[in-house]
Amino acid sequence: MNSTPVITVKNLKKSYDKFEAVKGVSFEVYDCEIFGLLGPNGAGKTTTLEIIETLREKSSGEITVAGLNVDQHQNEIKKIIGVQLQAAGYYPSLTLTELIDLFAGLYNANVDPMEMLKQVGLEDKHKAKFKELSGGQKQRFSIATTLINQPKIVFLDEPTTGLDPQARRNLWDLIRKIRDNGTTVVITTHYMDEAEQLCDRVAVMEAGKIIALDAPDALIDQLVSTGFERKKEVKKANLEDVFIQLTGHEWREG
Amino acid sequence: MKNNYSQYRAMMAIARASFRSIMRSPSAVVFTLLFPLIFILVFGFINGGGIRLDVALAGESDLKNPVFDSIASMQGIHLVPGLTKAEINHNLQKGDIDAIINIQKRLADNTISYNVEVTTNMASREKGIIIRSMLEHLVDKANLRAAAMEKPMVVLSSKEIQVREYKTIDFILPGQLGFSLLSSGVFGTAFVFFNLRQTLVIKRFFATPIRKPFIVMGEAISRLVFALLGAAFLILVGYFAFGFTLIHGFATFATMLFLSALGLIVFMGFGFVVSGIAKSESTIPPLANIVTLPQFLLSGTFFGIENFPEWLQPICKVLPLTYLNNAMRLVAFEGAGLSDILVPLAIISAWGIFIYALAVKFFRWE
Repeated sequence: MNSTPVITVKNLKKSYDKFEAVKGVSFEVYDCEIFGLLGPNGAGKTTTLEIIETLREKSSGEITVAGLNVDQHQNEIKKIIGVQLQAAGYYPSLTLTELIDLFAGLYNANVDPMEMLKQVGLEDKHKAKFKELSGGQKQRFSIATTLINQPKIVFLDEPTTGLDPQARRNLWDLIRKIRDNGTTVVITTHYMDEAEQLCDRVAVMEAGKIIALDAPDALIDQLVSTGFERKKEVKKANLEDVFIQLTGHEWREG
Repeated sequence: MKNNYSQYRAMMAIARASFRSIMRSPSAVVFTLLFPLIFILVFGFINGGGIRLDVALAGESDLKNPVFDSIASMQGIHLVPGLTKAEINHNLQKGDIDAIINIQKRLADNTISYNVEVTTNMASREKGIIIRSMLEHLVDKANLRAAAMEKPMVVLSSKEIQVREYKTIDFILPGQLGFSLLSSGVFGTAFVFFNLRQTLVIKRFFATPIRKPFIVMGEAISRLVFALLGAAFLILVGYFAFGFTLIHGFATFATMLFLSALGLIVFMGFGFVVSGIAKSESTIPPLANIVTLPQFLLSGTFFGIENFPEWLQPICKVLPLTYLNNAMRLVAFEGAGLSDILVPLAIISAWGIFIYALAVKFFRWE
């Protein structure tokens, strides 16, 4: 992992009427890392993400994405990023192949729909309509649409919310694979185990501010060095490990 | 960075996807094709086949006489056989039959004469008048023959000029076509844009490099193509199955499609306004009905607006569908070209400008 910044955010603020959702945050995302924005619901993660994605206007601050300023180069930025929205819909009655064709047109990209679906393990579902997919399949399909334009950066907004442990772990593998192929990944989540296992660095947001930013390990070490100790001794496995051992790693298509 | 991104390609991708989506939506197909088709079928079969007079003969009537033969062979007269006297009287009172005829033979001074008695009812007075004058004509002819008058004093000669037959379908089809365009334009557009917004499909589009107006145009193109296919289908069914008049053949057909496109674009403007002001999905139908129902009733879809009372006429003469329907009928039946229907075209276009000005004001992306 190198530390060339591919996204820089400086003193970003966003207000809705009188409510200040983002109160001056600054951070950098490095090239080819998985960067996590953590925080409880309402901390301002999605707002921050959507401003970087050029979907929302900021109130003030400065943002560059791959050297492009969000104020002047919205369309250039859209061409080099892939965006997964928290609850994006697709034409429900279209098949996955048809939807990939649609996004290929929208990005002016030439892709083989089967190839794209294979990347996310949905090649068997190419004739299925979007509305017929399970929750995990919908998320994977949604991620497939973000890869069509071979983006430099992919934004994933709570991609694992509502998924079962198998689907979650398999999605992590997919996200790691995307990073290993040379794409920067920015992800939001409120699952700390997910951030710990998946992210190279995380920023913790609370009430519109970033209150910590570092590698997960470093943050844990910092806490431990203050003398913090868990009340219960940590075992070598947790209940989720038990669950996965019992029910297997395979995708569940429910 | 390559700067040759084609908005056109992106727009057509949306148009294609949206078209597939419409084709798979049962409500779109039902409202644009099935409903108008059913109306056309119903009205197509109620064909104005001239007047029909149901006549019963009184049981005691004499049948072996020249008068009866002439009556039975007259056009429009339909003899109702096999009824008892009571049934005949009852049916005349109900109006199920229009007249009772009783022919009595008389023999006096070695000459045979006939007395023809006709009973009609007051409720169907017009038919009664027709039957009586037909019978008078028969009786006069018979008397003339009996009097052996070779050179009648007065001779009536009548001529009928040939005109194109104006069939029910010629009135109904343009009205149904107009209404199909109206409901497809208003309901279709309102629901689609509301849902695209609600389900964040449109937001996902925003995250791609396509510009906003091209998203709207892509959706509009698909609806336009769908509606024009529907219009072509209705016109062709009318033409081949019910003898709908296309006076200049293909040119008339093409002009009707042009009018359909113009109408649909204007009606889609109403749909954009409705989708913009609707707060929830359930408020769309009432709002859309406010736009469509008055036009359905008052724009000459089923009957000409001249049948409405004086005070309603000004309202009829404001509605855009009235002008679309009129223009369609002028084109199809009277062979008007676009240059002959400039006034309706101008009024429809004025509505277009007005409604899109409103649409721009009310349109919401999120």
